[in-house]
Amino acid sequence: MLTCLCDAFYGEVGIAAVKVLEHLGCKVEFPLDQTCCGQPPFNNGDWESARKLAARTIELFSGDVPVVVPSSSCAAMLRDGCRSLFGKAMSNVFELSEFVLNVLKIESWPGDSIQAQRVAFHRACHGRVLGLGDSQERLLQMVPNLRLVPFEDADQCCGFGGAFAIGQGFLSSKIGLEKLRRICETGVETFASGDMGCLMHLRGLIEKHRLPVRAVHYCQVLSSTIS
Amino acid sequence: MKGINVDVNAQRLASTQADSVRRAASGFTAARRLTLQSTYGRHLLQAREHAAKTKDHVLNNLREYLLQLEQNCQNNGIELVWAKDAESARAAVLEIVRQHASPGAVIVKGKSMLTEEIHLNAALQHEGYVPIETDLGEFVVQLDDDQPSHIVAPIIHKSKQDVAQTFAAHGICEPSEDAQTLTLAARKELRRRFKQAEIGISGVNFAIAETGRLVIVSNEGNNRLSTTAPPLHIAMMGIEKILPREADLPLFITLLTSSATGQRITTYVHMIAGPKKHDETDGPNKLYLVLVDNGRSRIASGSCAPILRCIRCGACMNTCPVYRQASGHSYRHVYSGPLGIVLAPNLDGLETMGDVVKASSLCGACEEVCPVKIPIPDMILHLRNEALKANAATRENWRAFVSLASHPAMWKFAMRWSGLSGVLPLDPIRRWKRHRAWPKREGTAFRRWWNDRS
Repeated sequence: MLTCLCDAFYGEVGIAAVKVLEHLGCKVEFPLDQTCCGQPPFNNGDWESARKLAARTIELFSGDVPVVVPSSSCAAMLRDGCRSLFGKAMSNVFELSEFVLNVLKIESWPGDSIQAQRVAFHRACHGRVLGLGDSQERLLQMVPNLRLVPFEDADQCCGFGGAFAIGQGFLSSKIGLEKLRRICETGVETFASGDMGCLMHLRGLIEKHRLPVRAVHYCQVLSSTIS
Repeated sequence: MKGINVDVNAQRLASTQADSVRRAASGFTAARRLTLQSTYGRHLLQAREHAAKTKDHVLNNLREYLLQLEQNCQNNGIELVWAKDAESARAAVLEIVRQHASPGAVIVKGKSMLTEEIHLNAALQHEGYVPIETDLGEFVVQLDDDQPSHIVAPIIHKSKQDVAQTFAAHGICEPSEDAQTLTLAARKELRRRFKQAEIGISGVNFAIAETGRLVIVSNEGNNRLSTTAPPLHIAMMGIEKILPREADLPLFITLLTSSATGQRITTYVHMIAGPKKHDETDGPNKLYLVLVDNGRSRIASGSCAPILRCIRCGACMNTCPVYRQASGHSYRHVYSGPLGIVLAPNLDGLETMGDVVKASSLCGACEEVCPVKIPIPDMILHLRNEALKANAATRENWRAFVSLASHPAMWKFAMRWSGLSGVLPLDPIRRWKRHRAWPKREGTAFRRWWNDRS
């Protein structure tokens, strides 16, 4: 599943995710009628609309084929959110790193090495709901020559929060700038994350405040090692 | 009222206040992690689950436990008073106070959020009594005619300099930047008050049904003086604060104090088993326990019942990214942070507190640190749904988006021509752009790439 943010803004992230999966031997299908999982209205409290969108997503992706999503929050919506909406979760949904590590059981990265690089990693909060732990970091760390750099208060949210970013914009941007301050302190040129929601917000702050750091989805780092 | 907009309130906060809160909250969070890790190690989750189960057990059998507590308290010589709401709680306290002291009498108080919740001080003052907060933080709050901004650390938003200024203004001591000098000056002033006091009022952290004993944790010794120096002690507790057995205490005290301040145990743990006995020299002659419902039995039968597991450690506030930036006052309620987002609308109604449910990024950090595993984000989502249905929160318009996302042909068309900018109502985009850049539209890249290769 592409997710609506990648459909609208970040096509290259979708392409990278497909390349990663194909590189690991998967045959990827892309149901053309997919739109949005229903998370924005769900988080806004509009459960009626959320049910509408989630139900059509569930129908579109029903069956035994695993559904891989390059976003912790959309995956959490379909797994955990659907439990609130319908009383049952979609069990064939996986966040990308979860699928690569737990289903494909990849233990070492079969790609080229990259130029020696220090990268910070921001863990998207919905990974908590999915129980991802450090799976995205573990996957990234398999890339030869890539070194993950720790930073202060790394467990703090970036302040996106969907509706929160719009309705509570002052707090949202203050939280985001605090996150970026901590990342910039490490001197990295690039940081990665696993949710385009967080990244849309953080990239927006980086651009507005002209901060010297680049934000990418971790699957873009992985796909850059595939020749 | 669609007016409790935490975001707007937070913008009025002085940056020095926000800095104090962020620093202290972050420090508490780190201390908490260290202490719990060294105490429980890999058994931490098990300990939290056990605590959650114990509290749920109490809540599911609340009536029986309250009756047991009543019986055992009476056996200990503690007189019980039941109050169904804030008003009757205030009235009950005032009645006891009037029986034992005349207007003008000094009443020393240990720290109690319940008394803040029912606005007890104002009621006492209105009748001419002189309530004196004796917890150092609460003492400063009272001098400043301010409100506590944190349930454990009431002046988390203040600096040493702020306190020095307050003390100087009230003639407590000469301006000083030395914390110890300030604390000693407060101690001296409070000693004078303890000697004058005719009544002491305190909160209760845990009441043990099995033995009828009241447990209070504290660090400053002020609770001991408030509960033993005056001839009358009035203890106040919410009806959810019961634990079945004394054997439950080690777990709960450790979870509470570690989660609150990173201490394995506080300096003082009081276990109060009644007023002074005939062969004892210290303690009050009379001890009342006021049990306050104030909406709790209603909450217990609703979808937010697990919030009643709360032991008021404040860990959710300390770890919350929103609380760290907004500070407690922005929530306009005695209870702030993630706890407040759930508890405030449940106590005061969504009509007055509806918009507070928006002050969360749903990051889940609160649930992760909660010693009794309260599923706070889930409850916030439920409350947002209820607020929307009751029209109690400002509605954000997602109709155009939902309608497009329900029609794939239109969706694909919109994605090709305008990205989400054409789908989202304009106002959210405008509000987004106030704080950050709007992304460039590069979404079509995927579907084009996919179509070209197949």
